[in-house]
Amino acid sequence: MKYVDLAVIGGGPAGLCSAISAASSGSKVLLIDRNKELGGQLVKQTHMFFGSEKQYASTRGINIAKILLHDLKAFDDKVEILTSATVLGIYEDGVISIDYDNEYIKVKPKAVLIATGASEKVLAFPNNDLSGIYGAGAVQTLMNVYGIKPGKKVLMVGAGNIGLIVSYQLMQAGVDVAAVVDAAPRIGGYLVHASKIRRMGVPILTGYTVKEAIGDNFLQKVVLCKLDSEWKPIEGSKIELDVDVICISVGLTPLTELIIQAGCEMKYVPELGGVVPVRDPYYQTTNKGIYVAGDVSGVEEASSAMVEGYLAGLYAAKSIGYEHEDFNELSQDYHVQLDALRSGTAGEKIRSGIRKIVREVI
Amino acid sequence: MRIIDHPILEFNRGEKVKFVFNGKELEGYKGETIAAALHATGIKVLGESVFKHRHRGFYCAIGNCSSCNMVVNGEPNVRTCITELQDGMIVETQHGKGVVNYEIR
Repeated sequence: MKYVDLAVIGGGPAGLCSAISAASSGSKVLLIDRNKELGGQLVKQTHMFFGSEKQYASTRGINIAKILLHDLKAFDDKVEILTSATVLGIYEDGVISIDYDNEYIKVKPKAVLIATGASEKVLAFPNNDLSGIYGAGAVQTLMNVYGIKPGKKVLMVGAGNIGLIVSYQLMQAGVDVAAVVDAAPRIGGYLVHASKIRRMGVPILTGYTVKEAIGDNFLQKVVLCKLDSEWKPIEGSKIELDVDVICISVGLTPLTELIIQAGCEMKYVPELGGVVPVRDPYYQTTNKGIYVAGDVSGVEEASSAMVEGYLAGLYAAKSIGYEHEDFNELSQDYHVQLDALRSGTAGEKIRSGIRKIVREVI
Repeated sequence: MRIIDHPILEFNRGEKVKFVFNGKELEGYKGETIAAALHATGIKVLGESVFKHRHRGFYCAIGNCSSCNMVVNGEPNVRTCITELQDGMIVETQHGKGVVNYEIR
């Protein structure tokens, strides 16, 4: 059995920031990630971030990962990193078990912070399992991490920020984008991204959805149809496109398996991407000593995942006796940053989702 | 279908390695995943569904959805989207759920 102060599960933006934050508070941290490298999905994000300077706006995601890893390095004496390590379970006595390189190890932390992120949702239509139909994130990995084109011609489903950004990245990689479709009557992502791809001649079809995919062994064609104001297909509105790739970008859903398994109270909140843990204002779930941060507690942008990570890291460290010397100042600043990121009409959905899961300390 | 020129990224591919896919010798680069290497050679069908045997490619590429499971060096259910390619690997399409041969100690 290995004893640690704080175990952070997941080394993406939220996990990295919480490890930095907890270590800077004086806590020893065991940072666990199932991948070979830390950084989560930042490592494939070639676009420049929004938000403010504090969340590294105007810096590309791939470089933000490098900055965070560099920051983490300053706490070499406090942070132990375990990569290629999959957490298998969290037990009633607080022990967590890990598959580390085919070895079974047990760790007993004083507190756990779960930052396991989210995974691509799927969309239901006939033949949606054909090879060539990929999550937008998967296509990003293939192109931006490994330098491989997903195919020749792509239909992007979903005009949110990810759909728009990945469409642009596909063109940067030399892949044709036939169109972007979204069932909603309006473009969901930032108009600056939408204009960029419109200028490159890609049509954005709002109020359209996929009727079916066609192909034998892999995708060869897609049939689209227009939806009326009640989201029902309009007769005779078919459009056929010859594409060998469909990118699905209809949102993400939190990877909450561990939180559910640990027995934390969960709630279905569509605004946050699905089933998420109920938590107090200090990012603690209904199980004492189990904290959450980032997409796993509600799907948002990486910018807010980072700030949540810093904040939850402070709280988790404080709960086990390591209060940061600038705790009040820092926590207040992170709250202000989160409020700013979630302000305005664009943030209303997230704000209403969070209102549903945050409850007072009992 | 490898990207050669990219406006932002530079791909420093590792050393070339050889592997076998369903009896056919192929080449890929060390450091990339099995699924990526197969995709680069134009192979998009990685597995098949357990009951209806429908062809499957990868979907999430983060080791989560099981769509890319294959038999690698005799071991079934290997998530090829996150497993690194090694020289001499034997990669096969998986039919059915796969059998794990545990050595009972």
